[in-house]
Amino acid sequence: MKPESKLEKVLSSGHFAVTGELGPPKSADLETLKHHAEAMRHYVESYNITDNQTAIVRTSSIGVAATLIQMGLEPNVQMTVRDRNRICLQSDLLGAVSFGVRNFLCLQGDHAKFGNEPQSKNVYDLDSMQLLQAVRKIRDEGVFIGGEKLEHPLPRIFIGAVANPFADPFEYRPLRLAKKVAAGAQFVQTQCIFDLERFEKWMEKVRELGLHKKVYILGGVTPIKSIGAARYMQNNVSGMIVPDALIERLKGAQDKKKEGLNIAVETIQRLKEIEGVAGVHVMAIAWEEVVPEIVERAGLYPRPRVE
Amino acid sequence: MIVGERKPLAEIAEMLEPFRKICVLGCGTCVTVCLSGGEKEVAETAAALSLLRQKEGKDVEIITHTLLRQCEYEYIDDYAKNMPECDVILSLACGVGVQTMATRLSEKIILPGLNTKFMGYPLEQGVWTENCLGCGDCVLDLTMGICPVTRCSKSMLNGPCGGSQYGKCEISKDVDCAWHLIYERFLKLGVLDRMEVIQPPKDWSTSHHGGPRTIVREDVRLETGK
Repeated sequence: MKPESKLEKVLSSGHFAVTGELGPPKSADLETLKHHAEAMRHYVESYNITDNQTAIVRTSSIGVAATLIQMGLEPNVQMTVRDRNRICLQSDLLGAVSFGVRNFLCLQGDHAKFGNEPQSKNVYDLDSMQLLQAVRKIRDEGVFIGGEKLEHPLPRIFIGAVANPFADPFEYRPLRLAKKVAAGAQFVQTQCIFDLERFEKWMEKVRELGLHKKVYILGGVTPIKSIGAARYMQNNVSGMIVPDALIERLKGAQDKKKEGLNIAVETIQRLKEIEGVAGVHVMAIAWEEVVPEIVERAGLYPRPRVE
Repeated sequence: MIVGERKPLAEIAEMLEPFRKICVLGCGTCVTVCLSGGEKEVAETAAALSLLRQKEGKDVEIITHTLLRQCEYEYIDDYAKNMPECDVILSLACGVGVQTMATRLSEKIILPGLNTKFMGYPLEQGVWTENCLGCGDCVLDLTMGICPVTRCSKSMLNGPCGGSQYGKCEISKDVDCAWHLIYERFLKLGVLDRMEVIQPPKDWSTSHHGGPRTIVREDVRLETGK
C-alpha cells in the first residue's frame, strides 16, 4: 500500500520534514485558527491538532481536522487516552479516517487536574502504548482490540507518538522510544527542546539502539516570546527542561521576541546536523504567525513537493 | 486497611439537624486503626455535636457505642438485641459498614459520619497512603510489588509517561511517580528487561467497571444461605 499521508511521503523520500501545531479554541468559532493554518500553508507538511491540551475543554481535534481537510490541509490528529475509552477511541479513529485523516498521534495526555474541569473522571482505559498498538493492529490486521474484525480494511494511515528526552528516568527514555516503535510508532515528535545537550545525549543512545532507522524523529521546537514564558515553562510545565543559560541569554537581549526567534532558528539548525533527526515539529502556540519566518530562516523553505 | 476521614462537623451537624436523639456508632476495625471512627473519635464527635447544639440552644441527646465490626451481621445483630432507642444512627464506619447497617437495620435511619477514602496503609504516624484500587485482577507480579493501577495517576501499565521528572508525578511534587519506583525496583532486582514488555490493555471488567461485584464460594457456603 502506498502512503497517502503527505507527511509520510515527505519523510519516506528523505526530506527533512516540518510539522506545525494548532490549538483549537474554547469556542466553535474557528476563524482565527483557520487564519493561522492559512499563514503556515506553504511552510509545514501537516498540522498537529491538540486534543483538549492540558485538559482544557476546546473544540475537538477531529472537528478541527475536518475543517483543515476542507481547506486542503493535512491534520495530524492527536488522540489522548485521558477522556475516551477503547470503544470511543476506536470509533473516533474510524470516523476520522472516513473523512480523510491519515496521520494520528497517540498520547497519554496531561492529567485532568491541570485543566478547567479538575473534577472530571479520568478514563485511562488504555495507556498510550496500548493505543499505539491498537491503532497499528486495526490498520495492519483489521482487528479491533476485542478481537472482532473490521468489515473493511483501513486505508494506509501514518502512526505517530511522542517522546520526551527531558523526562525521567533519563536512562530509560531511549528504551521507551524502542518500546513505542515496537508498539507501532512510525514517527515521533519530541517535547520542546531547549536543552540541546541532553537531547544530543538521548539521540546518541537512540542511534546506538538503531532506532533512528526504524522511526522518523521530529525534534520539538518552540519559540520563546518572553522571559515570563520561559520561566513559566521552566516551573509549571511538566516534563520540560528550560536551562537557566537560556533565560540569561534572553535577559541580555534588547529585543526579547527577536532573540526568542533566533534561539528557535539556531535550535533547528543544530537539529538538522544531528544524525537521525528527520525533521522538526514547530509548536508556536499563541505565536503562530512567526512560523513562516522561522522555517525560512532555518533554511527549510520552500518545502519539498511530493506526489 | 480501609482508610476513612471524618466528615467536617458542619456537614454532620447539617445532616443531623432534624433529629433529637442521636446514636454515634463507631467501628472497631479499620477505621479505629486509622484514627477516624473508633471509640476515641466517637467520643470526640459526640462531644462536639453536644457543644454545637448547646451553642445553638437546641436540645439533643447523644448516646455512643462502638461495634467490633459494622460490616458483619453477627456484630450488628448482637448490638440490635439491646440497642437503645434513638432517632438516627450516625455511623463512623466506612461505607461498607454504613451500608451493612442500613441493610440489616432497615427500619433505622443510618447516616455516614466518615468519607471512605481508600485502601491503603500508614506511611508514618498520621500519614496514610493509597495502594490498592481493588481492580480484581492483581498485576503486582508484573511490577514487583508496586501497583501502577493505583499509584500511577494515569493507571498506566506501560509507564512512565512524559510527565515524570525527578522521581515525581506531574500532578504534584508530593506524589511519587509509580513507574519511576518500578524502574528502580527492576534495576535493583536485576530484571530491567521487564520494562520492554508491552502490557496489553487491561481487562477492567473484573473491576467495578464490570458492575457491582459479588464473590460466591460454594465450598464454604452453608446450606441455609443457598
